[in-house]
Amino acid sequence: MSKTMQVEIVSAEEGIFSGPANMIYAKGDLGELGIAPNHTQLLTVLEPGAVRVVTDNEEQVFYVSGGLLEVQPYVVTVLADFAMRAADIDEAAAIQAKKQAADLLTSKKGEFDYSKATSELARAIAQLRTVEHLKSKDSLK
Amino acid sequence: MATAKEIKSKIGSVQNTQKITRAMEMVAASKMRKTQDRMNASRPYAEKMREVISHLAKSHPEYHHLFLDKREEKRAGYIVIGTDRGLCGGLNVNLLKLMSKELKRCQDSNVEFDLCLIGQKTQAFFKRAGGNVLATASQLGELPTLKTLIGIVKVMFDAYADKSIDALYIAHNDFVNTMTQKPILQQLLPLVPEESGQLDYYWDYIYEPDAKEVLELLLRRYMEAQVYQAVVENIACEQAARMVAMKNASENAGNIIDDLQLAYNKARQASITTELADIIGGSEAISD
Repeated sequence: MSKTMQVEIVSAEEGIFSGPANMIYAKGDLGELGIAPNHTQLLTVLEPGAVRVVTDNEEQVFYVSGGLLEVQPYVVTVLADFAMRAADIDEAAAIQAKKQAADLLTSKKGEFDYSKATSELARAIAQLRTVEHLKSKDSLK
Repeated sequence: MATAKEIKSKIGSVQNTQKITRAMEMVAASKMRKTQDRMNASRPYAEKMREVISHLAKSHPEYHHLFLDKREEKRAGYIVIGTDRGLCGGLNVNLLKLMSKELKRCQDSNVEFDLCLIGQKTQAFFKRAGGNVLATASQLGELPTLKTLIGIVKVMFDAYADKSIDALYIAHNDFVNTMTQKPILQQLLPLVPEESGQLDYYWDYIYEPDAKEVLELLLRRYMEAQVYQAVVENIACEQAARMVAMKNASENAGNIIDDLQLAYNKARQASITTELADIIGGSEAISD
């Protein structure tokens, strides 16, 4: 079988994933990243979105709300601010959050934190995209 | 000698105290499990963070961050993590003893110091002992979130960044096991790279978007993770120490009750004997 690397996904509140993988995909600050074993050292900021880990027989999807990605040739570490397995995302809650954030942005009532609302909206959209990705994969099977 | 009635009421009050200590012991035991889970859950993040940082210290970055530089120590910052409430054995006392020794060392070598205090007990201590306090936090509850700590971490972080302090230390209790908690003092800044044989050749990361931004974020997260880990660990220590202290208190109360019960029985017996002697004496006087 092909070479593998150790992948560790941890969030501030708990460890999420730890094990060997063939490939990992994540959304970095400068665009989508695909990392195979033996990649050169890399340190990047992560955008909110899905992190996909491809192991021997399956692909696992995780949602991260941002954080850092460190790549060493045989170890990849995802230091997420907040992370969860994509299957655990509550779709209804994400839609609700998206709607609320969009409402906040459109409403022109005086005092509100524009940057906070934008980041909330980005987060909700990223969660939804992760869910959609998971669904499209299921329908292919 | 105390009368039987006095002893009886004393027994009652000790029994009430014992009830309270028993209840506190049980509450602490159940909270301890929860706080220990939290402590173990956040450990991987802090450990991975430390690993990444030690890799970083071994790389040869094009951009040299000031957090990696060692400066001459003229003014040091200390984050001291204690508990909000007492009745937890020698937990705070041991920690503050360690701190006093450290601050004495500072004074002897003419190093000034700033403090960041977490927990009401440490705040009360330094109010009496004096010292320049930059930031405080208390009432974090049993399961604190990272959010509540970001503010105070930033204060110390900024103080280091604008060079008003030259080193940053953190003092807290280390959870060894339920019976043992050890106060420790660790250096946070400048970073101390861990020694390991790997990665000794010349290399550097590719940084996206750029080195300054990534390192800034990484080091900030690192600091937050370390402080957060120290806080949750200290809370687990608090509950464990309280459980043990209350267990001892309940046992001591039991011993005191036993002793008092013995004294009470003796006093009661003595009063019965004197009463009997009186009656017999009285009846003999009449029959004569």
